[in-house]
Amino acid sequence: MDTFLLQILNGLDKGSAYALIALGLTLIFGTLGVVNFAHGALFMIGAFCAVTLSRILNLSYETIDPEKKDFLGNPAVVKTTYVESWFGPEAGAWIIDWAVPLGILFAIPIMLLIGYVMERGLIKHFYKRPHADQILVTFGLAIVLQEVIKYFYGANPIPTPAPSAFKGSFDFGVLLGMDPNVIIYPYWRMIYFTFSLVVIGAVFSFLQFTTFGMVVRAGMADRETVGLLGINIDKRFTIMFGIAAAVAGLAGVMYTPINSPNYHMGMDFLVLSFVVVVVGGMGSLPGAVLAGFLLGILESFASMNWIKDILPGIDQIIIYLVAIIILLTRPRGLMGRKGVMEE
Amino acid sequence: MSNSKLTRRGLLKTSAVAGAGLAVPTIFTASSASAFTNEPTGSTVTLGFNVPQTGAYADEGADELRAYELAVEHLNGGGDGGMLNTFSSKVLEGNGILGKKVEFVTGDTQTKSDAARASAKSMIEKDGAIMITGGSSSGVAIAVQGLCQEAGVIFMAGLTHSNDTTGKDKKANGFRHFFNAYMSAAALAPVLEKLYGSDRKAYHLTADYTWGWTQEESIAAATEAMGWETVNKVRTPLASTDFSSYISPVLNSGADVLVLNHYGGNMVNSLTNAVQFGLREKQVNGKNFEIVVPLYSRLMAKGAGANVKGILGSTNWHWSLQDDASKAFVQSFGTKYGFPPSQAAHTVYCQTLLYADAAARAGSFNPCAIAEALEGFEFDGLGNGPTLYRADDHQCFKDVLVVRGKENPENEFDLLEVVEVTPAAQVTYAPDHPMFAGGALGNCNPGA
Repeated sequence: MDTFLLQILNGLDKGSAYALIALGLTLIFGTLGVVNFAHGALFMIGAFCAVTLSRILNLSYETIDPEKKDFLGNPAVVKTTYVESWFGPEAGAWIIDWAVPLGILFAIPIMLLIGYVMERGLIKHFYKRPHADQILVTFGLAIVLQEVIKYFYGANPIPTPAPSAFKGSFDFGVLLGMDPNVIIYPYWRMIYFTFSLVVIGAVFSFLQFTTFGMVVRAGMADRETVGLLGINIDKRFTIMFGIAAAVAGLAGVMYTPINSPNYHMGMDFLVLSFVVVVVGGMGSLPGAVLAGFLLGILESFASMNWIKDILPGIDQIIIYLVAIIILLTRPRGLMGRKGVMEE
Repeated sequence: MSNSKLTRRGLLKTSAVAGAGLAVPTIFTASSASAFTNEPTGSTVTLGFNVPQTGAYADEGADELRAYELAVEHLNGGGDGGMLNTFSSKVLEGNGILGKKVEFVTGDTQTKSDAARASAKSMIEKDGAIMITGGSSSGVAIAVQGLCQEAGVIFMAGLTHSNDTTGKDKKANGFRHFFNAYMSAAALAPVLEKLYGSDRKAYHLTADYTWGWTQEESIAAATEAMGWETVNKVRTPLASTDFSSYISPVLNSGADVLVLNHYGGNMVNSLTNAVQFGLREKQVNGKNFEIVVPLYSRLMAKGAGANVKGILGSTNWHWSLQDDASKAFVQSFGTKYGFPPSQAAHTVYCQTLLYADAAARAGSFNPCAIAEALEGFEFDGLGNGPTLYRADDHQCFKDVLVVRGKENPENEFDLLEVVEVTPAAQVTYAPDHPMFAGGALGNCNPGA
């Protein structure tokens, strides 16, 4: 029972990331009909927005302290951050400590802009082209983006810790009357899960309860008719692309304390997110979210020791195995609708 | 119908065989008149530096490349001479190797065995490299070592820590200066006993490839010998990035020590996850929960940030050592690049000097003469104290550093502190030790 609960909890944070990326993918596919292989790269860029903000906050000026020595025995250069000298040592340290949550505010405009530029500059030329062309061009773009990041930030993971207020973990076991240390769950992962629910909720409400969202949903159902009604659907779809990019970016920002970001983290998530989309049903937003959490939790179960003892390596293939089973029994995925990608 | 035996299938088979024969690389069917592969005839000699320039270990590879360039500069008489001034052997005079100016070519291993073999092969065949050196992964080092043996060039291994490199996969043309998993375990175990006691229960998470397996085997054997109990050994896929599902069952297993047999990105992520789960603040069996990382590198420690504080591990060399050789190397490297060298940089710099020195002492570039000069060679003044290149397995035996993540770093490079320098005698093992058994050096291959 305890390990069962533990693995569900473990699956939730990974599932959150899958769900957020898959949600963005489905939004883009549903509106623009484009299969966007660069979506993992957007997640990665979001994470590096947090890294960049943390670097900006840590910008410092140098003074030479003759008392101290550096590693070569020369007088040491002491660095003081501008933030600390402007706001005082305590407030400055607090701002630097909260770099990741502040990264959300930093990332939103950047990701919207990147999404807009990507759609207007590249993707729009591929609307009429076959899906294979779209996959090739977006996959190429993903490689370019990750090499750019590697050029500026190096290949090694960059530690980006959560605010010190969220260090450590919460003991669920004690709450449920079990022994201490049986079910522990880091605070930041709880926050990540909650954050993803809020973002998912916000996207659904936006589509469901605003006029803009209604037009977009109408456009997803029948693009031509909406166009005939004199609505500029292309402009709205461009904005949706920006929003999808922002959702992936935010997922990346908040993920940085869980795993130190590196340049290929997007690729690690991309393939799995596509499986999530396919399992959830192409074009179905609730399907993407459901499948994201489901596969995250399944992956977590599969890495339990006794399961791996029976089926070695199952943790590596479980997601694909489930995808095969679901596609064999429900070819349109869990919540897929008729007519999507079937012409 | 004809009676000819030439059938369609037969023809296909024959042409396939013939094609394969034609495709066999020229290094294996060399027809030149020279005595050995790539015998230098002009006024220069070419070395091949095969390091990861892309992929997950690119930063480590970049540091290796800096050290190689520095070594070449020193061999050719440039710069301040670095460890040439402290090296116990004095045959190198700063005029290249045997009077020939040292040049180099580089290849990108991408930390993949096939890519590493391809780049090594290209450097040997196209660029005429007489020696190949490098690597930042044991899988790669073993693959390239095998290729160099077949091609008839010397392989001076870079950062490779698996027992197998000089154990079951050892080769007559291959040499390793870096220490190995057995040595890490032998050096760490007494310190672990001293600091954490002999009544501990250990839980292992292990990267699922050659290095991880030998590291796990070594450290488990060494800690069990002093009374620790091994609660569980869990293999994690090399491609893992999130280790939470492997770490969350640890506390409930009754273990009070977590051993992370991980390296590079794996280590950064698993350690970060373990610290996130609050393992280090926990009490189990009435003791503080501890984490051990058998193989440490400063570049990795940088990636893991504050999470490394107080965590024990071992390393081949550290820039803060105060012997003349280490100081000379740090001075030389630090002045040129503005930051201290990593252990990867140190080992490849040493390997380049050791190769050059062996060639100078042998008076020849013939791989077999160089191998003979390296076998049983005793030296000092390269930052690790007195060192022996053992003839039986081409492994260097020298002191091992037990290090700990520093609590209060004085600067951004000051991440590890040396807890103990374990003398070479304590980490030396018999050539036929069971963990290294199964392979044979074979005969030196000069190629050609």
